[in-house]
Amino acid sequence: MLQFDLNFLLSGDYRDWLVSGLLLSLQLMAITLLLALPLACGVAVLRLAPSRLLNAVGAAYVELMRNVPLLAHLLFWYFGAPELLPDAWKERLYAGNIEAVSAITALTLYTAAYMAEDLRSGLRAIPVQQFEAGRALGFSFLATMRLCILPQALRLAAPPLLSQTLNLWQNTSIATVIGVAELMYQTQRVEAASFRSVEAFVFASAAYLAVSLLLAGVAALLQKKVA
Amino acid sequence: MLELLHDYWLYFLVGRYPEGPLGGLALTVLLASLALVLSLPVGLLLGLARISPWRALRWPVAALIHVVRGIPLLLVIFWAYFFLPSITGHESGQFGTMLAALVIFDGIYLAEIVRAGVQAVPAGQVEAARSLGLGYVDSMRTVVLPQALRHMLPSLVNQFVSTIKETSLGYIIGLAEVSFIASQVNGLVLTKPVQVYFLLGMTYFVLCFSLSRAAFWLERRQARVLKAAA
Repeated sequence: MLQFDLNFLLSGDYRDWLVSGLLLSLQLMAITLLLALPLACGVAVLRLAPSRLLNAVGAAYVELMRNVPLLAHLLFWYFGAPELLPDAWKERLYAGNIEAVSAITALTLYTAAYMAEDLRSGLRAIPVQQFEAGRALGFSFLATMRLCILPQALRLAAPPLLSQTLNLWQNTSIATVIGVAELMYQTQRVEAASFRSVEAFVFASAAYLAVSLLLAGVAALLQKKVA
Repeated sequence: MLELLHDYWLYFLVGRYPEGPLGGLALTVLLASLALVLSLPVGLLLGLARISPWRALRWPVAALIHVVRGIPLLLVIFWAYFFLPSITGHESGQFGTMLAALVIFDGIYLAEIVRAGVQAVPAGQVEAARSLGLGYVDSMRTVVLPQALRHMLPSLVNQFVSTIKETSLGYIIGLAEVSFIASQVNGLVLTKPVQVYFLLGMTYFVLCFSLSRAAFWLERRQARVLKAAA
């Protein structure tokens, strides 16, 4: 067994790599959350809209996203999808940070499908009279949803949405597959450069665990407040 | 896309088998099935320990569950990759590493399913078993668990869907499951990444969607049976 020594991680290049990885992972989570929540609201409303066709579109979206592994989504959005773009766009994309863009696209589409389901159960828990009241006041379907139903549903759905955020946090690690320099990627980099696998993975585990426990704690608090 | 299917379908399904090791979709299904079967007893033991009346058993298991649920599966795989050889004394290979990681990870998630299943059995059942003179272990084994396991069936099918999706991470350690094979095909063809990865996605979709429909069907049937019994 190698000697265990965390000190070498706490200064110099290795520390900078790991910290930048952690920060990028947190950024991935934050940006994905900002994009996925509105998309999830849209899909949840589709699934409850007064039209068979729209319901089917919403359901198809959720099933298509949920029944394919995130890894396959990532491979498609990184290696496949850019090929479909017009040449000028493609050039711009390859000049920028295409890894991060692909990862955020895949994570957003995947996470939104799960969040849409959480929101849908939140929406269904709102008494139908609330909806009727909105309509009786002369609001359209969309306005009733936006002004009356969604704000209440979001409150109800907050705890499951937070545990979905926890899943998202862990899922950001898979972005390492397409070379996004997030925490998992930097951990492997430190491991390869220093041959100190145990220390590098202890650091990564502790970092993932700390953020996960924080999110789980906030979810538990909210659960008590909502209930 | 048809051309792609025509040229590579066998490779996609079984990898280099029978000339080489098994791979492709067959390996994905084999790995997921083995992982589920092996993680069932692990999940059962951990789940029962988590709700057992003995604190010395309950607390360490609860801590373990919280830690494993707090880190990504990818990290569990890397831990298995580095630790398994030093524990078992020989190289475990990608398949063994992946299987070990999935059994630990799924065992932990199954433990929570077992807990929910056992807690859903009415308390009167335990009381009845205990008043018949059965000990804690016997009343669990003969009265509570058979009922709980039936409740758990839909969740188990859903867990199988998750396991199939999780096997895709074998790609990262170079296990020749279906995602890895797809990437190899992509490397050979070079000009059709959209078609290759679309096919990969659709393959997973067909497999997982039919299973999750089965879970949904089981759930509805169970609700009907329970309603009829009530």
